Parts: sequence; structure tokens; C-alpha cells
Amino acid sequence: MFYREAGQFKATYAEDNRIFTIRQDRIGFALILAAAFVLLPLIATHYIFEAILIPFLIFSLAAIGLNILTGYAGQVSLGTGAFMAVGAFGAYNLMLRIDGMPILLAFILAGLCAAAVGIVFGLPSLRIRGFYLAASTLATQFFIIWCVTKIPWITNHSASGVINAQKIEILGFAFDTPVTKYIFVLVIVSVMALLAKNLVRSNIGRSWMAIRDMDMAAEVIGIRPMYAKLTAFAVSSFYCGVAGALFAFAYLGSVEPEAFLLDLSFRILFMVIIGGLGSILGSFFGAAFIVLLPVFLSISVSFIESEVGHTLPSGIGSSIELMVFGALIIFFLIVEPQGLARLWQIGKEKLRLWPFPH
Amino acid sequence: MKFTKRIPVLLAALAALSAGAALAQEQFIPLLSYRVGPYAAGGTGFFGGIIDYMTLVNANGGINGVKLKWEECETEYNPSRGVECYERLKKNNGGASLFEPLSTGIAYGILDRVAVDKIPLTTLGYGRADSADGRVFPYVFPLVTTYWDQAAGMIKYLAEKEGGLDKLRGKKIVDLYHDSAYGKEPLPVFDAFAKLYGFELIKIPVAPPGNDQQSHWLQIRQAKPDWVILWGFGVMNPTALKTAQRNGYPRDKILGVWWAGSEEDVIPAGEGAKGYISMTFNTPGNYPLLDEIRKKVYGAGKGNMEDKTRIGSVYHMRGITAAILTVEAIRKAQEKYGKGKVMTSEQVRWGLENLDVNDARLKTLGALGMMPPVKTSCLDHEGSGAVKVQLWDGAKWKAITPNWVYGDKDFIRKMVEESAAKYAAEKKITPRDCAKEG
Repeated sequence: MFYREAGQFKATYAEDNRIFTIRQDRIGFALILAAAFVLLPLIATHYIFEAILIPFLIFSLAAIGLNILTGYAGQVSLGTGAFMAVGAFGAYNLMLRIDGMPILLAFILAGLCAAAVGIVFGLPSLRIRGFYLAASTLATQFFIIWCVTKIPWITNHSASGVINAQKIEILGFAFDTPVTKYIFVLVIVSVMALLAKNLVRSNIGRSWMAIRDMDMAAEVIGIRPMYAKLTAFAVSSFYCGVAGALFAFAYLGSVEPEAFLLDLSFRILFMVIIGGLGSILGSFFGAAFIVLLPVFLSISVSFIESEVGHTLPSGIGSSIELMVFGALIIFFLIVEPQGLARLWQIGKEKLRLWPFPH
Repeated sequence: MKFTKRIPVLLAALAALSAGAALAQEQFIPLLSYRVGPYAAGGTGFFGGIIDYMTLVNANGGINGVKLKWEECETEYNPSRGVECYERLKKNNGGASLFEPLSTGIAYGILDRVAVDKIPLTTLGYGRADSADGRVFPYVFPLVTTYWDQAAGMIKYLAEKEGGLDKLRGKKIVDLYHDSAYGKEPLPVFDAFAKLYGFELIKIPVAPPGNDQQSHWLQIRQAKPDWVILWGFGVMNPTALKTAQRNGYPRDKILGVWWAGSEEDVIPAGEGAKGYISMTFNTPGNYPLLDEIRKKVYGAGKGNMEDKTRIGSVYHMRGITAAILTVEAIRKAQEKYGKGKVMTSEQVRWGLENLDVNDARLKTLGALGMMPPVKTSCLDHEGSGAVKVQLWDGAKWKAITPNWVYGDKDFIRKMVEESAAKYAAEKKITPRDCAKEG
């Protein structure tokens, strides 16, 4: 009923090639963008920006990056944290060492550094796949963090290895309040998400998916595995690198190399798995699930405590949060092993027929 | 799309939260605690100590009648969660007085934020050593002792054991450290002292978490050092002690950092930990204050820790120390800005900067000797720099230096100022002029 596309005809190729072919989707998407760009900056509090929206957007971007590699090209990677570290420390050094470096250019170059690292560490993927590849990408994780902690030049000889990200300034305008930082992150994430969506619908995206589904067959029909796999590594690392730079510059401010440990790589992998492999939208769902749900649970617990007027003994609340979070992960994966994005798709199908069964 | 649907729910929950708690005339202390996750053992003791002391202060009528109110937020020792908790709690209940996250990562994550929000951040025995320079870091207080002063104290103690600073020449000292920002923080100090006193410093990093150290201790056995400094954290500490035992390295030649000096660090190592020495900024033992907490807090069933035997344990005592300094800062601020009033975070900051917790005051509190006297100023946000050395006898810690040990403070101060000036230049901060501060 809500998703009736009756009467919507596609008369040109351009119309057929749209991202959102159904009018309802287009309206919905425009509304979401309007809300994100106009409504939220007007109504949301500092807390919502700093603690919820900015990390959500940054992790979504990292999840898109990993989704390109794992979801679209089928190459499992545990090196996401390392690529983010390359982006963060790269952007820091570019800003530090080149006078008058524009921040956006620094982010792009930092992303390219990450892409170069990604290509180098993607080379084993030409020979090995599956779990073995996952294990070999672990090397990236350890090697990059080792480099950052061992080479003092990278952290500008900071004794503890902690870097202080420079201020974000474009053409003299400082992005230093929560709202402006949010807008900064939102613009970057929106543009890159749009790019990613178009990339995976293009020739190269199709070759990634062909490699994912069966690399032998893909090779037979003329797709070069080396080119497809390495571009997937490069693009994915670029996205992760930019996400890492945002993580340092727009979110934490001061970061230590320990912020990019294996733990972070796993978190992003879980976002991709829970959100939905091979779905850009799923990356946002997954990031929302992993980043926001614990916060939501934690707020709920203290909300219930203040409503009931009785405080739980310290520590019980935290443990309940963890238990509910774990149970929800298992629940969603049982209900829909293909992730939240698939759940959303099924939901749309249901809405299309509702309230009639057929 | 799912996310945007959730926002109204979040907003409603938040609004309800803030509305329910805005009426009270209470001093609000937010607690970024961690009670689950890998570091929960330390977190429950430390934050338990803070809450126990605040419960006691409230039971005794508050600070000149102002009761303390606190709210916990679980960080799991994770910087992102810590930042979220910070943002959530900073405006609650009329505004946060100060933050003490007991986590290097979280402290770094909120370091820039506290300066903007004008809320003081205390880092008791951890964090950036150069934040002791209050001109560059007006809102950060590495109270009692920083890592650099601790490192200087260690060298001082080792020199005493060897019979004087000149006897250090030619000695071999291994620094076995946690390969992280935390473990690397003291390296410039050790390097400088090695050059100054002519001892050989062998740096051996252990990759976190450090639960396998066979190769490291093999390396130590080959080097035959006179001392091993153990700059570890968490599981790395008992592993080091056990591996040392297996390799036959005497434990009384291992000097641990204070995060390697709690019951949680030595009990898992069993017999291997006997005779091991570590630094501390609390003197282990029993004090009238602890008895009062046992009687008035745990006696009334309001104690925070489940296990009563942990009262007075190392982490618990550190929590109490943090709480004493917080309460004394608020008391000091009240003397200036009005007794019996709720202090703003800016006023608490003034209190922290003008702390004078001397021995007489500690005696009144029933904690004489438990912690060193602390006197802060605009220039010096650390306030003490004193450490003690303690020995694990297999059942409990006992102090083996009767007096507080002070390292070469002028030397460290020079390094602090240099490092702070570098930070100020990088961040384009103009240091305050302390002559103008009241």
C-alpha cells in the first residue's frame, strides 16, 4: 500500500538507472537528508552531536569502506583499524609538515596513503582467500601499529606516541563547535556514501561482485582478478583512511595508537556483518547497531532507575547492558542472517502488500 | 532510516533524564566508571573507594551542608564510550564538578573538551606528565604524582639501594614496559637519567596485553641487569613475575610501577610475587578513616564494594585518595566563593588549583600518612611528586621506605615546562600568566 509503484513508468535509461527507482524512496531519502542537514542542527543538543551523531557517521564511513572490500569484493579483512590509523596519522603529518595545507586535501592524501598501504597488503589476496586471507590481513594490523609506535617521526617525537589533531579550518572558517563539526563530517560522509553507491553499481563494482561470487568464472568472462581485487583493497582502504582521519580530527582530538587496535577492526567487521554484507545502507544500520545500541541501553537503564527511584547496585546495570546487547546480536542474526539491510528490504516488501495478503 | 526513527526516543529519554534531576541543591560528581570488561578489577576498587568516601562525607553532613550527588556511567575503559559518557554527564544535575576517568585513553579523548567546557579533569597518577604545567593546561590536574616524577623517584630509590647516585654508573637497568602511550611516557626521563648518571638502560617493550614474556625474560637473563623496572599494566604484571620466577631472576630486584603494585597484580602470580617491590602513592596499612568507612558506610549497609575484605586495598585506597582531594577542592572553593553553596565547575577548578592538604588536615581526616601532603598552585598542578616503595610479603603490601621519596623535582620540572611549551606551540595556546591569578 505504501510502496505502490503502480503508475510510475520509466521512460528513459537515466530513469531506469536511478539509485531510488520508486518515488516514495526518493521522497523518503530527501526527507532524511533534509532532516540531517537542516532539522538536526536546529534542534539537537551538543550531546547528540558529540556523542551520538559524529561517531555514528564516522563508523558508518569505515563500515562502508570494509563493506566494499568484504561485502562486495568478498575479501575478508581484519586490517580496518590499521587503515584508519594510516589515515589519522597521515593527515596529522601532512597538516603538521606542510605549511598552509588545506585540510580537505590532507584528508584526501591521507586516504591515498591508506589506499597505497591497502594495495601492498592486498597483494596476498591474489593467491589466498577466505580465512587464510583474514589471517594475512592481521599482519597489516600489527605492522602498522608497530610502525606508528616504533617510528618517532610519525608521532612528531611525542614521548607517549599520542598526537593532537590540528584544528579543522577551511578558508578561514573554523569547524570547532559540535554543530559545525557535525556538518563537516556529514558532508564528507554523504558525498563518499553517494560515491560508493555509484561505484558499486558501475562496471568496477560489478567486477568486484563477480570476483566475490566465483573468481574462476569471473576470470573466464574476462575480469582481471588482480585489477579487481587490488582496486577493491585500494578503494576500501581509502574510505577507512578518511574515516580514521575524521575519527582523530573531528571526534577524539587527541589519539594514541592504541585507539586503532584489532578490537576496532573487529567492531567494524561486526558492523558490516550485522548491517548486511554487500549493502551501503547496511553499513549505516550496522554502525547504528554497534555504536548506538549500547548507549541507548545504558541511557535506558539509568532512565528506568530514575523512574523507579531505586538505584541498582553499581555494576549490575553495566552487566545487564552487556547481556541485552549480546542477546540482541544473536536475535537479529537468527531472525535475519543476511543483516539488518535485508530485514529492511523484507519490511518494504511487506509494506507494499499491506494490508492485503497478496 | 532506522537510526532517524530512534532519535525521538533518545531525545525523550534524555529530556526525561534531565528533567527528573534538576531540582536538588547538591554538588554533582560524575563518575566515568568501568565495572565490566578487562580492567573491571581495578575499576570496581577505585570507583568503589570514591563512592564510599562520598557516602561517608554525606553521612557526616556533606561539605558545609552541601551533599554530594553522583551518577555512574559505564565506559568499559573504551575511549569512545568514555567520550559519550562525558558528553552525557557534563550538564546533568546542574553541571559536573570535575571528571576522573582513571583511563589514559579516555583522559586523552576529553582533554581538549574539558578546556572548552571549562570543567576540570583530574588524572590521579596517570595521564600527561606535562599537564602539571598549569599555565598551559588550566583544566587538567595530574594530582599527587605524575609518571615522570614516579620515574625520578624510582631512580632515586635505586640509587639509595646502590649507595648513592654516583654508584649508578656502569649499572645495568632494564625497563620492561607495556608498549603503549602509557609505557612510553617515562622513556624520556629514563633516557635523560641514564645519560646523567651513566647507567646502561635496556629498553624492552612488551606488546599488549603481554601474556607471553618468555623471550623478553630470556633477553633479560642474558643481559644480567642489576635491576628490572616493570612498567606494566593488567595481565602483563603477574605474567612478568611468574616468568621471572621461572627464569630464576630475583623478584626483589624487580621494581614495579604503581599500576603494577596492587593486590590484583600480585595474587595471580602466587609464590612468584613474594619479595617483589613496587612504587605507590599511598602507604598500605590501616587508618582511622578506613575504620570510619567500615563502621559508618559498610556498617549501615551502604558500602559500594561487595567484598568487604577489599576495604583498604590498593585500588580502593587510591579511590579514597581521589575523593579526598575532590572534596577538599570543593571545600577550598567554598571558602572563597561562599560556604554551604554549590560550586560551579569553574569554582571547583579554582579549588583544585589552591589545594593545601597538609599533614594536619590529613590527621583531622584520619588519613595521616595514607597519602602525601598535596599543595597545588597555578604553576604546579601536581602538588606533590612524592612516592613510596612497598613490598609484597606474600599476603599483603607493606611500605619499605618510612618517608616519602622525592625524585629530582627541578630536573623533572624543566622537562615538564619544555614539553608543555611544545604542546602550547602545536595547539597555538597562549600560556596563562600565573602572576595575575588570584
